[in-house]
Amino acid sequence: MSTLGTAIERVEDAALLMGRGRYIDDMPVAPGTGHAAILRSPHPHARLLSIDTEAALALPGVHAVVTGEDARAWSTPFIVSVRQPMEHWCIAIDRVRYAGEPVAIVVAEDRYRAEDALALIDVRYEPLDAVVDPEATLGADAPVLHEKVGSNLVSERSFRYGEPEAAFEAAAHTVTTTVRYPRNSCTPIECLGLIAAYDPGEDAYDVLSHFQGPLTLHPVMARALKVPGPRFRLRSVPDSGGSFGIKQAVFPLIVAMALAARKAARPVKWIEDRLEHLLAATSATNRMTRIEAAVEADGRIASLRLDQLEDCGAYLRAPEPATLYRNHGNLTGPYCIPHLAVNNRVVVTNKTPTGLNRGFGGPQLYYALERLMQRVAVTLGLDPLDVIKRNLVPADAMPYRAAAGAVLDAGDFPATLDHGAREGALDALRVRRDAARAEGRLYGIGFAAAVESSVSNMGYITTVLSAEERRKAGPKDGAVSHATVAVDPLGAVTVTADSIPQGQGHRTVLAQVVGDALGLAPAQVTVALEHDTQRDPWSIAAGNYSSRFSGAVAGAAHLAAVRVRERLARIASQQLNARPEDVRFEQGRIFAAGNPGNDLDFRRVASLVHWSPGSLPDGVPPALRETARWTPPQLTPPDDDDRINNSAAYSFIFDFCGVEVDRATGAVAIDRYVTTHDTGRRLNPALVDGQIRGAFAHAVGAAFYEELAYSEDGSFLSGTLADYLVPTACEVPDPQILHRDIPTPATPLGAKGVGEGNCMTTPVCLANAAADALGVESLDLPLTPARIGDLIHGPESTPPRP
Amino acid sequence: MKRLDRESRHRVALTLNGREANGWAEPRMLLSDFLRHELGATGTHVGCEHGVCGACTVRLDGAPVRACLTLAVQADGRRVDTVEGLASNGELNDLQKAFRRHHALQCGFCTAGILMSLDAWLESNPAPDEGEVRALLSGHLCRCTGYTGIVAAALDAAEARRREDGP
Repeated sequence: MSTLGTAIERVEDAALLMGRGRYIDDMPVAPGTGHAAILRSPHPHARLLSIDTEAALALPGVHAVVTGEDARAWSTPFIVSVRQPMEHWCIAIDRVRYAGEPVAIVVAEDRYRAEDALALIDVRYEPLDAVVDPEATLGADAPVLHEKVGSNLVSERSFRYGEPEAAFEAAAHTVTTTVRYPRNSCTPIECLGLIAAYDPGEDAYDVLSHFQGPLTLHPVMARALKVPGPRFRLRSVPDSGGSFGIKQAVFPLIVAMALAARKAARPVKWIEDRLEHLLAATSATNRMTRIEAAVEADGRIASLRLDQLEDCGAYLRAPEPATLYRNHGNLTGPYCIPHLAVNNRVVVTNKTPTGLNRGFGGPQLYYALERLMQRVAVTLGLDPLDVIKRNLVPADAMPYRAAAGAVLDAGDFPATLDHGAREGALDALRVRRDAARAEGRLYGIGFAAAVESSVSNMGYITTVLSAEERRKAGPKDGAVSHATVAVDPLGAVTVTADSIPQGQGHRTVLAQVVGDALGLAPAQVTVALEHDTQRDPWSIAAGNYSSRFSGAVAGAAHLAAVRVRERLARIASQQLNARPEDVRFEQGRIFAAGNPGNDLDFRRVASLVHWSPGSLPDGVPPALRETARWTPPQLTPPDDDDRINNSAAYSFIFDFCGVEVDRATGAVAIDRYVTTHDTGRRLNPALVDGQIRGAFAHAVGAAFYEELAYSEDGSFLSGTLADYLVPTACEVPDPQILHRDIPTPATPLGAKGVGEGNCMTTPVCLANAAADALGVESLDLPLTPARIGDLIHGPESTPPRP
Repeated sequence: MKRLDRESRHRVALTLNGREANGWAEPRMLLSDFLRHELGATGTHVGCEHGVCGACTVRLDGAPVRACLTLAVQADGRRVDTVEGLASNGELNDLQKAFRRHHALQCGFCTAGILMSLDAWLESNPAPDEGEVRALLSGHLCRCTGYTGIVAAALDAAEARRREDGP
């Protein structure tokens, strides 16, 4: 009996529950390995005048101190995705541009001593003016971060699809809103870490880490280290303590610590602490969006106009500005909006560089788009749900080519929405709201709909370049995944793949997928996902991001397992005297359809390829190891009109919720939350719901609590988990989860991505409910009691200073 | 009271999960670092080193403590229980099994601390309701699960224990 599609227990869990996980800080190290600590800039913007390391080096137990001079000698700046002379070194040279930027690294015999030595390094800075606001950074008097670039505006592109001007001219109404999405981060409970080694004999680096990919960054790192790819070996650990995109950000530190290992002439281990993590690891982009709709009288939207101002922090760190372009093709969301105008600006400010973070551009986009949908309803006096429904892409239009190029692959959005509203008892919630309001309470209902893009097109980021620049650079497209299925001499099955999991349970799902194809129980399939760039197949698309696992990686594993099955079927067909296509695989037995009594042991047939290649049928090669490579053919490069299909599959989400606002305190409480998903085929429903709940919890944090906050002068304000508030079990209610699965033809197993959607829908759904409760036009995240209190009672006056 | 020299390493002997264990620690060494890097008990995880996330929670003479806010030398001569002590002979205990059944973990990094808190708390609170479980769990941060599975597993394990103990 196949377990694919059922909620089996995870193979990962026993070891993790026994405390036998193997995370980066648990991994064995070579004798003599040094432990690193990083000296970070206290200034958001300053000239580096001098660094005196003598006293630190004199401390017993200190092996080496690494500074920007070493980076200059042995590395190059990281390559930047836009054509700009921006220099981002792994350790600051001449200048620091954000509070927390690495200035020096101490390698010592243990971490305690390394931190002691940090205090002995004497750095002289000349502080410069800092700028943290994305609008202010464009001002004439703003300090310019990168003198060679000459401006804090590092990329600007305008796009036009259809006839947006005519649509706005003809529209009955124009509705506009402006939103400011804050900086936040999914902050995994395990911070960053790695172990780096250098071999001077071959001029080669070897790094073990929980870097999650994408491996587009492997050539970026190898190039920064000035070695060819094969001499930068990057291996992943068996277990990672969560990532949500964040562990992409270990890559600059991988380069820095590789240099430290070179200088200290010994392996170097570095484990980030929480204070460093919050201060300087990474962040989602903060984005200011002005969004405008040309609306017909019935609420139908003919055109959108977006002005997006994206703040990537002090450096455009690869793959940025990908956050801004990840959803470019589906900027119109789940809606049928034929005309679109977009202006994208990317700026730098004196803040930590940004990077991958669950939802990756989706939270920023949908906060604007779905706030606008709510504003359209309020402005026109329509029901917000009707406005959503009237604009959804109809089922008979699938696959639907959106204005900016996304090909929405499958689904029935209106029916899924109706399913959610009905099964989630929206009518009862409306009654509840009316009753609360009749008592004078502040109660509101919010809605949000979205398409959740998954399996990213490796070419979408090139939409930031002009068609001319793209022609010069060469085409970029596709999303290659790899998986290998091998059968050993006793018929035991092993699977490897390029997913680099971060706790999601990929081993369990791949055991289900391959067991399904070969007629084996998941327990008979061993899955090993530690990845090694020197030995495992991989492409630039490898890694754990863009919810690529269920569509791309599980799909490739299925294809590899089917190839193994086909080979075994040919061998078995000879012994069973049946045609290969009639051979069946079930419960570890192989037999001909219609004759299950005459069966063969899977292990016996499989072992033949090892022990007796001579007895195989003609044309069946010996040994049994199949690697499947898959890339979605629909992922082509951006066309000359800048249309881009940025993802292989688009899940559909429809959320609604009821919230109550406490008039006295400004606290917003979630009364009810319903989230409805079409994620294509669900490979393991428990893991799917786990992803939805996890994303929902992150979104509750983003909506109410979390902000990586800076003061105007660039000082960082949320450096501990007592300042950067993460929701606990008391703040995260259990959402009602509904499904309406429509398998997609876009991936081998019909599955779409599921890990990020609620980070896109939930913050804005909650904000729409709060806006409905308060009757306010604009509100920005996080919805803290102070901010809501200001909306209810007006801003607090500043207390007089004594 | 024993006086400790700041510059020296001191012998710290304790009972770890029922067995004698000992190692060396400077007075400033955290219990979390001592357990992990001196005794090799890496099941206890470090998530923040300032007492908020709860990942490093262990039991010291039975009481749950943050190992990152405890010095190794404070544990000298005392009993320390960690996640490695919950299973016996490779078999998960009832709480661990409930966690597996309810998908109460994903990355597993916060799990050790949560198990140790619940292990201690359920001894004195055998019949908790959901609100009480959530209040107890508020001393722990989990970024993967949204807590639903953890709450369900704790309630399930508590109920099973009550049934086992009988009326």
